[in-house]
Amino acid sequence: MVRESLLADAAPQSLHHQGTLLVALAGNPNTGKTTLFNSLTGLRHKVGNYPGVTVEKKMGAYRDGDGAVVDVLDLPGTYSLTARSPDEEIARRVVLGEMENVPRPDLVVAVVDATNIERNLFLAAQVFETGIPTLIALTMMDVAADEGIAVDVAALEKELGVPVVPVIATRSVGLAELKRRIAKSARHAARGRGWALEARIEREIAEVARRLRDRHLAPPESCDAEAIRLVGIEGTPQRIAARGGAEVDQAVSAARDALTRAGFESDTFETERRYGWLRPIAARCVRRAAGCRRTVSARVDGVLTHRVGGPALFLGLLAFIFQAIFAWATVPMGWIESLVGGIGSVVASLMPAGALQSLLVDGVVGGVGSVVVFLPQILFLFFFIGLMEDTGYMARVAFMMDRVMRNVGLHGKSCIPLLSSFACAVPGILATRTMENRRDRLVTILIAPLMSCSARLPIYTLFIAAFIPGSSLVKAGVMTGLYLLGVVVAIGVALVLKRTLARGESVPLVLELPPYRWPRLRTVMVQMGDRSRLFLKNAGTVILASSVILWALSYYPRPPQELAAAGASPVEHSFAGKIGHAMSPVLDPLGFDWRIGVGILLSFAAREVFVSAMGTIYNVDATGEGTGALAARLQSAVWESGPHLGQPIFTLSVAIALLVFYVLSCQCVSTLAVVRRETNSWRWPVFLFGYMTVLAYSGAWVAGRVTSLAGG
Amino acid sequence: MKTLADLRPGEAGVIVKVGGDPDLRLRLMQMGLLAGEHIQVVRYAPFGDPLEIEVRGGHLSLRKENAREILIEPLPGASATRG
Repeated sequence: MVRESLLADAAPQSLHHQGTLLVALAGNPNTGKTTLFNSLTGLRHKVGNYPGVTVEKKMGAYRDGDGAVVDVLDLPGTYSLTARSPDEEIARRVVLGEMENVPRPDLVVAVVDATNIERNLFLAAQVFETGIPTLIALTMMDVAADEGIAVDVAALEKELGVPVVPVIATRSVGLAELKRRIAKSARHAARGRGWALEARIEREIAEVARRLRDRHLAPPESCDAEAIRLVGIEGTPQRIAARGGAEVDQAVSAARDALTRAGFESDTFETERRYGWLRPIAARCVRRAAGCRRTVSARVDGVLTHRVGGPALFLGLLAFIFQAIFAWATVPMGWIESLVGGIGSVVASLMPAGALQSLLVDGVVGGVGSVVVFLPQILFLFFFIGLMEDTGYMARVAFMMDRVMRNVGLHGKSCIPLLSSFACAVPGILATRTMENRRDRLVTILIAPLMSCSARLPIYTLFIAAFIPGSSLVKAGVMTGLYLLGVVVAIGVALVLKRTLARGESVPLVLELPPYRWPRLRTVMVQMGDRSRLFLKNAGTVILASSVILWALSYYPRPPQELAAAGASPVEHSFAGKIGHAMSPVLDPLGFDWRIGVGILLSFAAREVFVSAMGTIYNVDATGEGTGALAARLQSAVWESGPHLGQPIFTLSVAIALLVFYVLSCQCVSTLAVVRRETNSWRWPVFLFGYMTVLAYSGAWVAGRVTSLAGG
Repeated sequence: MKTLADLRPGEAGVIVKVGGDPDLRLRLMQMGLLAGEHIQVVRYAPFGDPLEIEVRGGHLSLRKENAREILIEPLPGASATRG
């Protein structure tokens, strides 16, 4: 097959369309598949999504010994090709060549963990049974040797009938040989099924396969595997209908009758028979020295998942991560702020004052800068998440926290995304990618923005400092209360969602607890890079566009000369000001004036913009030392018209209402954009924004009322 | 008949039948929990659920309610891992 490299820009030589190979990596999770992918392709790779689903699609390329470009597709980590989860469905469709925009691979590299050969070979066998050219990369050979496991590679190769290449991806051992064998084995059809059933059943299965082949319903070499699937676990009426309908249905029924008569269950015979074939092979080819398996890992687990010590250590680790995000990350965040400020001043000095200057300085640089400033926190967060995933600790967190998260109707795996959201909901939502269950994932995404993120912190700090009376202890208590409010509401929302929109029995997850391993810095770094690129891409597109729109709303139309000369804020005269005034009927019940309305509107780009918007409206420089001045200005602000004329705008009840509003509202374009991206539909971001705004508005109203009744 | 959930940490048994939700059952079988297989409970999570099991050198975690669907024949004593 002749085609263009899928990574044309990364591999210019492949542009003449000749002989570019496409290799797919398939394997169980935790097998070193990602490490192998990184070692093969270096840093040249692209991350995207498969059309219509939220499964990550990772592509890379390398040049083999002859200089030919080889494209590498990293399939999602799965335990089988049975298509019961989105990940498995993707892997299966790619292997069968049924994926839109992805040609059928010329070869599949089945990544097999040498420390757990049998279970890994199960997937590898499913792959080569489809007839696609297959090569087994035996990873973790070093770990296996440490654990006293010896693999007779030549014997394994001979018994399975597919090439087997041992590699140590972390040290790039065996990579050259792997590349050589990939070039040699590609496009040579694999051996097919190595196990058989009774002759009578085989005849019926062959009949199903023949009908599939005659009607071109599957690639000819895959018809046998496809027939097994239809007769067995995937023989749902819908699938059979998609695979030829009545005629195939008849053959499938005949095969099932034969199976039943022979005493097999149609949904288990395939699994049992495949293991029945693989286990003796593994027993002949793998030697284990007695008694030294996983002892270190088991001892580590004894501490890390200890009844008391486990949760305590986890809490300690969390405290450390939050310290890093909220204290250490502020240093590089300061650099970014100064850089953004510096760029703004340079731009401002280079051009005359006016609309264009304002657009570039306030709209583009200021708007995007206010979001990019969170990049250090996101990098820190993904560094720790990467470490936890790569060492195997993340699975233990899910194991320990499952009971707790379950009270809320969630799974142990929701724990980390939700905790990450205290820094920023964007990486939190991206971190839900490790969750296999769609419903649990959706619920986690929809409640993650209720965790108080760091962009809310400037608002909390300003209003608590300015309006909460009492000692610093009281102020700290209010701050804690705001965080707790978000958590409590999130629990409520999760319970409601689990009973309404996300109802239906969730597939109970089986979690693998892989042995602990030393983290591979490169794997962690690559993941950090991928996730932050996504974030920056967002900042460069959605956030840039919305910043410009919001800038225009607050800039146009310009106030007449005499008003500007009188020192009135130009914002009042702008569209934003007009919208703020027009929002009065909505704002009045909360006791908010039009300026707060403008602040809420403009903070849609990023919540902390509310603070700078207040600064602009009240003509106070709100940066650096200016927050004290802004707090003082807000305290003295009074109503200039209407029934409250002369009274302070920011009473205690207004301040509390505003704080509650910000705890519960989804005033964040980045979050909505990432939800749109991750759920692949506008429905969920619209729903998210809608329900949180309703909650925020009613919550603010109640909080304001309660405070004023209590004498605030 | 005893189930996997009846075993205390360190106790082992032989799988007689994997039952329950068809998807879960299939997933467990694909991960190696077949009839006749040796299975051991390693520990319970700090809050009492889920449990960690060992089958053929691999460690898995599943909830008690699912462990109750796995019928086993207990092995005498706190048996050692099969090597």
